[in-house]
Amino acid sequence: MIVETGHFALILALALAIVQAVIPLWGSLARDATLMRAAPSIALAQFVMVAIAYGALTWAYVSSDFSLVNVFENSHSLKPLIYKISGVWGNHEGSMLLWVLILVLFGALVALSARNMPDDLSASVLSVQAWISGAFLLFILLTSNPFARVGMPPIEGRDLNPILQDPGLAIHPPMLYLGYVGYSMTFSFAAAALINGRIDAVWARYVRPWALLAWLFLTLGIAMGSYWAYYTLGWGGFWFWDPVENASLMPWLAGTALLHCTAVMEKRDALKVWTIFLAILAFSLSLLGTFLVRSGVLTSVHAFATDPQRGVVILGILTFFIGGSLTLFALRAPMLKQGGLFAPVSREGALVLNNLLLTTACATVFVGTLYPLALEALTGAKISVGPPFFNYTFVPLFIPIFFAMPIGQLLAWKRGDLLGAAQRLTLVALAGFVAALIFYAMQGGPALSAAMGGLAIYVILGSFFDIVTRVASGSSAGAMMSRAIGLPSSAWGTTLAHAGVGVTLLGLAATGWGVEKIASMRAGDSVDLGQWQVTLDKVAPRPGPNYRETVAHMTIRSGGAIVAQIEPSRRFFNSRRMTTSQAGLLNVSLGQIYVVISDQETEGPLDTRLYWKPFVSLIWLGPLIMAIGGALSLTDRRMRLGIAQRAKRRRGPEPKTVAAE
Amino acid sequence: MTRRSRRLVLISSALVVLAFAAGLVLFALRDTIVFFYTPSDIETKNVAPGTRLRLGGLVKEGSVVKAEGKAITFAVRDANGEIRVSYTGLLPDLFREGQGIVTEGVLESRGQFRADNVLAKHDETYMPRDLAESLKKHGLWQHGQPGAPGAQSGGK
Repeated sequence: MIVETGHFALILALALAIVQAVIPLWGSLARDATLMRAAPSIALAQFVMVAIAYGALTWAYVSSDFSLVNVFENSHSLKPLIYKISGVWGNHEGSMLLWVLILVLFGALVALSARNMPDDLSASVLSVQAWISGAFLLFILLTSNPFARVGMPPIEGRDLNPILQDPGLAIHPPMLYLGYVGYSMTFSFAAAALINGRIDAVWARYVRPWALLAWLFLTLGIAMGSYWAYYTLGWGGFWFWDPVENASLMPWLAGTALLHCTAVMEKRDALKVWTIFLAILAFSLSLLGTFLVRSGVLTSVHAFATDPQRGVVILGILTFFIGGSLTLFALRAPMLKQGGLFAPVSREGALVLNNLLLTTACATVFVGTLYPLALEALTGAKISVGPPFFNYTFVPLFIPIFFAMPIGQLLAWKRGDLLGAAQRLTLVALAGFVAALIFYAMQGGPALSAAMGGLAIYVILGSFFDIVTRVASGSSAGAMMSRAIGLPSSAWGTTLAHAGVGVTLLGLAATGWGVEKIASMRAGDSVDLGQWQVTLDKVAPRPGPNYRETVAHMTIRSGGAIVAQIEPSRRFFNSRRMTTSQAGLLNVSLGQIYVVISDQETEGPLDTRLYWKPFVSLIWLGPLIMAIGGALSLTDRRMRLGIAQRAKRRRGPEPKTVAAE
Repeated sequence: MTRRSRRLVLISSALVVLAFAAGLVLFALRDTIVFFYTPSDIETKNVAPGTRLRLGGLVKEGSVVKAEGKAITFAVRDANGEIRVSYTGLLPDLFREGQGIVTEGVLESRGQFRADNVLAKHDETYMPRDLAESLKKHGLWQHGQPGAPGAQSGGK
């Protein structure tokens, strides 16, 4: 009964989405306030309906209702509760439902703050949102219904793919989806601006929180996915330039560009058309990511043709939204009032450079990801575009970004002083250079690592330079303190986000200083791993809830003294007849000792792979710092919509900015 | 600066960055791409020794020999040919005789391949797509075998 309620609620949600897609848009075009004001309540109702559907599916998972195909295929009664809940999105149907749930949640948030927005803006935004949610609800109901029943309910389920039974993967998809779907909001705002033919600095203020929110979650989602791959796949790698990873990196690059671009628009009322374009691009790339991951096209171009229904529908949705929005863009963008131009050497100029490099880097990832697919579809030749391609293309485009970041922060709006900024940064650049020399002297290893490490130090110090000089100009400690507190939180946000980039870079540089060993170990054997000695004490079985586990007990020593015990293991999941590796991890300051074992042949030695990875945690600590910076910026008082509204009222009636229609 | 020259600076800097990126992409596409072959492809297409490539096929039953150290040799076969592969390192979890794999490395001579990487994805039902197609083409595909389209479950 609960399941049927969920199914019915999902159908109702689709009906509501159709109403929401048409009525408010009609109202905003016909300037009918009653129709426009219907949008928020419909959006809230739609959210409630999807939430009921999602709740019903979760209930089916938690109560192990194997009469549902989806639950039968992806769950098991013995599975721990957290994986029953996360199992909801560990499969195609459920993850699409989560996608829509987040979409309508954001719609509901806009509906709640609609009082602070002009009626026609909120009506158009919610209407565009409903087009998107309607398309995806239709997709779920027609091709991927999570509520489909089995004729003869089986006693036991097939279990969730063991590799997905992991805390990291319980959190990763929701985070990533919050990011992906967050860009649907900036997209809706862009489409609304095109429909209403009006875009101004106030619009940028409404969009900026969404751009920040989406960026923040996408950053965390990517980092989480990377850490998950690092510790579950057992290769010790954290980024493989895999198409699935690239699919999340592309919207991040476009979204980062968008974030910086809205700053220009808000402050200087310039780059309007470009901002709109980036908003469309970021969401288009999110949709492309969804398509790549969900259509099966990555497994094979031909698998796509053998299971055409889903792939073709997603491709249809993709074409409709990207094509539709670009058409709208082509028709309406020339009518938008152009913002002013500005001097090339200025904060705006630096942000344009940032946008240029980020979007170009995004384009190289796009080529590297889609070229093999296109080539295979056209000529049948099979190639693989691996890390070397991206090292040659993506990395050279990012190096100038690192150099320019601290300089851009020091340039003034309107007209900057490049030489002055460079002079002020002399000390920081010197510190980076000295750091590179110290790294080289201490760690030896590849010169590239030392150089990158120095660059990272330059970026981190440079991020703080502006804020430190502003605080340090206070006369006493008390005055400095009050200055530090008095700075807008967005200034701290920028600083932290940029420093986070430097921290990640330092972590990446340190990969060159690691140690890797492969050894066949018997009980009592020791292996030297850099400054550590790893000893295998014994190999023993250990029972688990839905798996059998073989655990290698190991002791790590440093100069004879015991540092810690680690327990790398192999888990055998009977329901899927599949084995997974659990890496033994030990955090030592910011580095990690990482050990994986292979299957042991009877009484034979245990094949073991051991790594010492200094500073590796920085790779994921960086994105965390970036996200904290983003969150700080969100708390800035300028971000609050009410303030934007009051500012707008003070500026008097707005219609002056309406485009010549 | 006049409005016109500002616009000129903007456009020309955009062009410079784009040209730079296009140059990088073309260079990288020429130099870093690895082609995929099966053992019979290598024979029929006369791939020159020394070429870096990806080799895909089934691990021949009874061919895996583990020597002292971490050196391993095995044969990769498809319908019409086989190639000896030498590899030093740990094999991935899903490496088994009879299993489909893809290795990356250098062709040393006809019939001898030195792998520096053995790839197996993190799912037993996953088969590298190049391989699945080639097996189908040569009639080695058993229905219901791991790797059938759609067998991959999502998540990541």
